[in-house]
Amino acid sequence: MTIGTNEGRRGEESLRSLLGGLPGVDQVGLEARAAALGTRSIKTTSKQWAIDLAISMVDLTTLEGSDTPGKVRALANKAMRPDPTDPTCPPAAAVCVYPDMVAVAREALGAGTGSAGGVQIASVATAFPSGRAALDIKLADTRNAVADGADEIDMVIDRGAFLRGDLALVFEEIVATREACGRPDGTRAHLKVILETGELQTYDSVRRASWLAMHAGADFIKTSTGKIQPAATAPVTLLMLEAVRDFRLETGRQVGVKPAGGIRTSKDAIKYLVMVNETLGDDWLDPDWFRFGASSLLNDLLLQRQKMTTGHYSGPDYVTLD
Amino acid sequence: MTSTRSAFEYAPAPESRSIVDIKSSYGLFVGGEFVDGSGTSFTTINPATEEVLAEIAEATPADVDRAVAAARTAHTRVWSKLPGSERAKYLYRIARIMAERSREFAVLESLDNGKPIKESRDVDVPLVSQWFFYYAGWADKLSYAGLGPDPKSLGVAGQIIPWNFPIMMLAWKIAPALAAGNTVVLKPAETTSLTALLFAEVCQQADLPAGVVNIVTGAGPTGQALVEHPDIDKVAFTGSTAVGRAIARSVAGSRKKVTLELGGKAANIVFDDAPLDQAVEGIVSGIFFNQGHVCCAGSRLLVQENVYEEVLERLKRRMSTLRLGDPLDKNTDIGAINSAEQLARITELSAVGDAEGAERWSAPCELPDSGFWFAPTIFTGVTQAHRIAREEIFGPVLSVLTFRTPSEAIEKANNTPYGLSAGVWTEKGSRILAMAARLRAGVVWANTFNQFDPASPFGGYKESGYGREGGKHGLAAYLEGSPS
Amino acid sequence: MAERVSVRKTHKLYIGGAFPRSESGRTFEALDAKGRFVANMAHASRKDARDAVRAARAAFAGWSGRTPYNRGQVLYRIAEVMEDRRDQFVEQVRAAEGLTAKQGATVVAAAVDRVVWYAGWADKYTQVLGNANAVSAPFFNLSSPEPTGVVAVLAPQDSLLGLVSTVLPAIATGNTVVVVSSREHPIAAVTLAEVMATSDLPGGVVNVLTGRADEIGPWLASHLDVNGIDLVGTDLDLATELEVAAAENLKRVLRPTDDDWAVEPTLTRLAQWTETKTVWHPIGV
Repeated sequence: MTIGTNEGRRGEESLRSLLGGLPGVDQVGLEARAAALGTRSIKTTSKQWAIDLAISMVDLTTLEGSDTPGKVRALANKAMRPDPTDPTCPPAAAVCVYPDMVAVAREALGAGTGSAGGVQIASVATAFPSGRAALDIKLADTRNAVADGADEIDMVIDRGAFLRGDLALVFEEIVATREACGRPDGTRAHLKVILETGELQTYDSVRRASWLAMHAGADFIKTSTGKIQPAATAPVTLLMLEAVRDFRLETGRQVGVKPAGGIRTSKDAIKYLVMVNETLGDDWLDPDWFRFGASSLLNDLLLQRQKMTTGHYSGPDYVTLD
Repeated sequence: MTSTRSAFEYAPAPESRSIVDIKSSYGLFVGGEFVDGSGTSFTTINPATEEVLAEIAEATPADVDRAVAAARTAHTRVWSKLPGSERAKYLYRIARIMAERSREFAVLESLDNGKPIKESRDVDVPLVSQWFFYYAGWADKLSYAGLGPDPKSLGVAGQIIPWNFPIMMLAWKIAPALAAGNTVVLKPAETTSLTALLFAEVCQQADLPAGVVNIVTGAGPTGQALVEHPDIDKVAFTGSTAVGRAIARSVAGSRKKVTLELGGKAANIVFDDAPLDQAVEGIVSGIFFNQGHVCCAGSRLLVQENVYEEVLERLKRRMSTLRLGDPLDKNTDIGAINSAEQLARITELSAVGDAEGAERWSAPCELPDSGFWFAPTIFTGVTQAHRIAREEIFGPVLSVLTFRTPSEAIEKANNTPYGLSAGVWTEKGSRILAMAARLRAGVVWANTFNQFDPASPFGGYKESGYGREGGKHGLAAYLEGSPS
Repeated sequence: MAERVSVRKTHKLYIGGAFPRSESGRTFEALDAKGRFVANMAHASRKDARDAVRAARAAFAGWSGRTPYNRGQVLYRIAEVMEDRRDQFVEQVRAAEGLTAKQGATVVAAAVDRVVWYAGWADKYTQVLGNANAVSAPFFNLSSPEPTGVVAVLAPQDSLLGLVSTVLPAIATGNTVVVVSSREHPIAAVTLAEVMATSDLPGGVVNVLTGRADEIGPWLASHLDVNGIDLVGTDLDLATELEVAAAENLKRVLRPTDDDWAVEPTLTRLAQWTETKTVWHPIGV
């Protein structure tokens, strides 16, 4: 399936009718369904499997003004060896950093990573987190990260444009950013599109923004920057899972989902995996198609993993703090 | 159920049954004590395994007479004389004890009834506690029931409850009756007596005065003896329309007031502008909640023709994720059919659906070898002329019909002798209100289904019975001056 | 000069807004309180009852769909036209019930006032009998009384006041009615039918059958398209028989009571002929 760009520049009117034709979302019903899935009880072998899967789906993130090369190097090492005492522990999916830290991360992760496999480098771009900059600056931000070795770009949509109804602008920015992900060798960095669902407010808007992003060529749709509350929630993620499911049914193209922000415990992570399992199934139970944008989550997963391996509760001194 | 997925199999997560202590045999609860019945006994089984759980006394007319006498004495000497504020405190106590012992009740209910622990734990038992808490607060506020100052209780209520929500139906019956100052003789369904008998222990723990609640176990003849007893003032029955009709006949010419919650064949109407994912959830919970053993189940799906294919596809996909099996497994969505008899009825009516040319589709799942099971099933190509569109199946079987216009939807929805509930799914507010106004049903769920709350009146039109349970209306049904 | 020969009225049934004779061709004699012949009345048959139920059902959607204000106005119009015919009513109830002029005037005044009372309820009972329900989940939850459908009334045997006190609450709440009048004293019921026919009340909302409750009652009680039955005018044996028959389709049954019609009624009859309908809707953005 050719993707994204062949959609071309969609007119405002056609976008409007495309998104307006989507079924509405009932808030109470959606939240009730998400809560019901949260009551699934996952035990023993299933839980071990789920924890390892969750670890392998973590985009280990640091997005602070105070980030330094030292901090990013530590993060990269943690991503490669989440539990240095246990070689069976899988690596995280990626590290997620600001564009100026991509080169540091690339160096720290060394050869044999990136597109070839292993821990990926994801970089936020497009004037993250607000997205309030001119398009050429956003695109330069993107190109810079890609040039420095980013495997994945986490862009933000222009929520202001979306809310005031300028859907074409949002669409075109995604298309342009996707083009900016291109590399000289013809390959391109994967594009994750952050909807910042906490600012879109209604589930109807989240569903429309999801479809807009997918039609514009997103490889992933992502809930949040982590800088706005609420960030990822179970219902909003469920809604986006339904969107990628329906999008694949309609177009044949599979899009990934990344909830980010606010997922801190193994219990929560497993609930998200249950949602993926029951909404989408095996096809998405893979780090290529589902990610957690998180930082503290990884250590909680490791503590649980140790508990299941050793049979007793572990403590924070037994996981690394980077 | 064998899932179509392989990577993420949930390991069994059974709730421990060690929390419940089932005796080998049970007597009746009369005058605050467990007493032996004067007749024979019958066995109650776990419908998921056919394992015998206990022997239950079959109350004879003489036993019923003793229970009514105990209730009468308690009413005359104690309960009707107690200030409402004091009655309230007993009901609050019961509410609290039910919450404290909720796990025990949930496990016992799932063992005896076959419903998934997820439902008994998260729906039935919490509602029981809430029901007592709600009506406790009414006990000293009867003057606000809309029947004038200081309305009087009726006296002794004979209450007969069904097997689909045993402990929840008990609460729906007993809580308002006691709040209004009545005493009760309650007969649980013969296949699901255990939680009612455990509730008798709760009455003892709460130090409820002897005879205020009496529980007589048994089948139809016990119920008949109760309904026909000359010294009861009120009959409250939830069950089949056939039995409801017999009760309505038998109380003719008496002073007995009656509340009847009977059968249904609810239409669940999905318009093309519905929130489809939530509508699919509503369709699923509407017919597969509690294995479809629900009088208000949305057993007739009416889908607007232009979204029929899409809704059906989504529905089947969703049904494929339902997990059928051990009711005590926390991940079970669909439990056991309550009895061999009920399974036979579901099987028979489904065969009628086949014979009448409707197309059957069942979610792919493996049924356990022992116990009573029926896979979640839908019939498409159903019209109003099919028996499966008219008769209550009371199982996990959905009949799917289509419509073109709102008027056609209303016409089909109302074209039934029943009138208990209905569902409407559309994002258009004015259409919801227009549909709700024209649906001849006592409960209309718009963009939701199968919601229950003690503050909300529940009950049907036409052959779905009369009177309401829940809310102020449910209280008034146990006071002098109310119509029914 | 010879006294003028008066023109006597043929008393007929009132079905679907028309005044037919009984399809059976039968009549019976209405007598006054002293047992003297007053008039030949149409003697309604089971087929007349069937026709009346059909007319009532046909009128139901329109009548229940009227605005409450409009129903109130139509009911008030009945009172206005009754007031206009006061003398006629007084004469008829005096003859039928054996009352003095003063008593007759009192009863008729009370009957007119009762109609006014119920006219005023048409747009208010919903607030009194309905509820906003505070459920413990994010749902808008409202219960409102809706009309039950077609209601059969076996009218009190001795009183115009009883007749209006049983028919009016049923129609005030949007139901349509088939009423079997007093067997012995049916004339005021026919006059009331004439009042209704000239009072903006749509045809079929009230259908008046003169005849025997013990003959027509069982057909109405067992009729599957009748939703409720008021047995107020029957004796206990007949009431029991009819209650048994009414169970066939779970009709709402009002058993005979010893109401004092002169006293202001409670809301029992308004509530009796309504169904509480509860509507749930999620609250979300």
